[in-house]
Amino acid sequence: MKLSSKDLLGIKELTKDEITLILDTASGFKDVLKRDIKKVPALRGKTAVNLFFEPSTRTRTSFELAEKRLSLDVLNLSVTTSSVVKGESLIDTALNIQALGADFMVIRHSSSGAPHLISKHIDATVINGGDGINEHPTQALLDAFTIKEKIGRIEGLKIAIVGDILHSRVAKSNIYLLTKFGAEVRLIGPPTLVPKELEGLGVRIFHDMDSGLGGVNAVMVLRIQMERQGKGFFPSTLEYSKNWGLTSERLSMADKDAIVMHPGPMNRGLEVASDVADGPRSVILEQVTNGLAVRMAVMYLLAGVRE
Amino acid sequence: MKILIKNGHIIDPSQGIAGIGDVVIEDGKIIEIKMQDAGCRIQDKKKKNQASCIVHHESESKTIDATGLYVFPGLIDMHTHLREPGFEYKETIKTGTMAAVKGGFTTVCSMPNTNPVNDNSSVTDFIIRKAIQEGACTVYPIGAITKGQKGEELAEMGIMYSEGCVAFSDDGKPVMNSLIMRRALEYSRTFNVPIISHCEDISLSEGGVMNEGLLSLTLGLKGIPSEAEEIMIGRDIALAKLAKGRLHIAHVSTEGSVRIIRDAKERGINVTAETCPHYFSITEKAVEGYNTNAKVNPPLRTQKDANAIKQGLKDGTIDVIATDHAPHHRDEKLKEFDQSPSGISGLETALSLSLNLVHEGVLTMPQIVEKMTVNPAGILQLNKGALKTGSEADIVIVDAKKEFKVEADRFASKGKNTPFDGWILKGMPVMTICKDKVYE
Repeated sequence: MKLSSKDLLGIKELTKDEITLILDTASGFKDVLKRDIKKVPALRGKTAVNLFFEPSTRTRTSFELAEKRLSLDVLNLSVTTSSVVKGESLIDTALNIQALGADFMVIRHSSSGAPHLISKHIDATVINGGDGINEHPTQALLDAFTIKEKIGRIEGLKIAIVGDILHSRVAKSNIYLLTKFGAEVRLIGPPTLVPKELEGLGVRIFHDMDSGLGGVNAVMVLRIQMERQGKGFFPSTLEYSKNWGLTSERLSMADKDAIVMHPGPMNRGLEVASDVADGPRSVILEQVTNGLAVRMAVMYLLAGVRE
Repeated sequence: MKILIKNGHIIDPSQGIAGIGDVVIEDGKIIEIKMQDAGCRIQDKKKKNQASCIVHHESESKTIDATGLYVFPGLIDMHTHLREPGFEYKETIKTGTMAAVKGGFTTVCSMPNTNPVNDNSSVTDFIIRKAIQEGACTVYPIGAITKGQKGEELAEMGIMYSEGCVAFSDDGKPVMNSLIMRRALEYSRTFNVPIISHCEDISLSEGGVMNEGLLSLTLGLKGIPSEAEEIMIGRDIALAKLAKGRLHIAHVSTEGSVRIIRDAKERGINVTAETCPHYFSITEKAVEGYNTNAKVNPPLRTQKDANAIKQGLKDGTIDVIATDHAPHHRDEKLKEFDQSPSGISGLETALSLSLNLVHEGVLTMPQIVEKMTVNPAGILQLNKGALKTGSEADIVIVDAKKEFKVEADRFASKGKNTPFDGWILKGMPVMTICKDKVYE
């Protein structure tokens, strides 16, 4: 089986079978990462360019490492030192990079739809590393991988996503994936950040943390974005933290084996208490390790589409 | 130069004319209209103009056989962005008016959000002169309500009016300050001209790029709620009542807006309203795939809103179909969705999309003609929009049955930004006559 599109733009565009293929392939690569020699020659001779228009620790280094493990030649374009600051358009930037021989472009951009725009104008493989408040598909894939690894399945699980859903591309991609696989997704947060329209995606909405967490198998905590303060979404981070911060007390409302997840970076003490983040139920660092395997799988499978 | 338009189905709602007849034009003026069946007229509340039944059989230099075609007064667009001065890379008076005549319009009113803004007599004069020199049709400028369209101080309406402005608007932007809007509605009474309001509460819409709803959530695009428009419409209507001014609401897009306007009219408030073809032809779904050609302000809404717009046109709540022709350069629309400017290049598709309403049975042909000729002329008090003998020959001949494919690349407008590219439409203007110029 192959992926049907040359690009990975979002979870919305993937079928359940395609997602399963990626996760199964990722399992194989996770084994590779346990060996002494962590490199495979699969994509030798190909070139990947990481085009990150927004800051990133995990995603960019994760992609860079995944590309190197697959033996790709890797280039990182830092926007602040590129001609983008001179006003070069997004399409021009992409076309120029393709002209240099890029086979893969991993893009993170602050505008939703930026990877979609690029994919219409270039032949190289476009991978969405996070676009605006739209999607972050590889994050959802590694989250799904982590849940499957830890709990054994996704279907029928109760999974809570807590925080600023409205502005979270991580939340959106997870909502699309988890509902596709038949999980009960619960969104928890203040009404200003968890609008009622989201019910149209087949999720349940809670504004009360304790009732929302009742019996859940996994809690995904989202970062409170400081940029959102002062815009009327919530009065203060203190108030937010009191109502929706994940403390060990609140966690006890969940299933006794529930796992705690966070895409990073964390605001310790704000959306998640330090003892929870560092506690036995936290799988936060495993998510990062899994991310590497998942991204290798994505690139490997997309290369297969081009042939 | 004599032109005879033979055997066309003439519709002029202002005179209650609807039937087969001939139109005779000489030296850019209509000299007579001969109806085949003198009794073939629609009921008219206004004064009837008795058409002459004599045809001069002299040697006519051009005869147009309009058998099977409609003959209307040239269409009037009371909401166009010609972009000149200042944004000539998007459109000029020359190219914009060419687009107008291709779309069947013989008169356009140009909005003042140019650079410099048309808030003074010099820019008004420039536009009028340029239009006379290079324009393919008549251009009436609309002046700004406030200086620089900043919403702070009234612009010199009187001076602009005497220079030729037919209305005032800060279109592109709302006048956020209620006191200034009140004063504008009061002060404009001196000249008895309408204040055309772009109704948008910026505090609710800021940063928004499409209609707010489930679709905007799934696309990850910031939404503009319907209420941003409805709140300002309600405010402007209340101010119009207070100030006793003449208010015209631009580009109505929502169900709630139609309801508020209907109610205001029932209460006898002096308000008129316009909508644009995109608001009754497509919905927010056109944005899917991040299609910047569907990015417009106010944004495309839901099917429920589109249906309410059609009902509003049908029951007279909405008086006018205008284009809000907003051309942009190709490069600008090839940007990230939130970076792309809003606007649809609409002059060359407006009539065809409006004719869909006739095909659907929402409006009759005379009603469509009314919304695009006599009604805008009445609101702006223009001596246009009718096929009166002795008046300038502004005429459009329309083939309501002809099917064609919209090809944006072949638009006369510099703006190729339309969500209707590739659509098959039925009905189009086949000839537009502006006084002495004939365009096919």
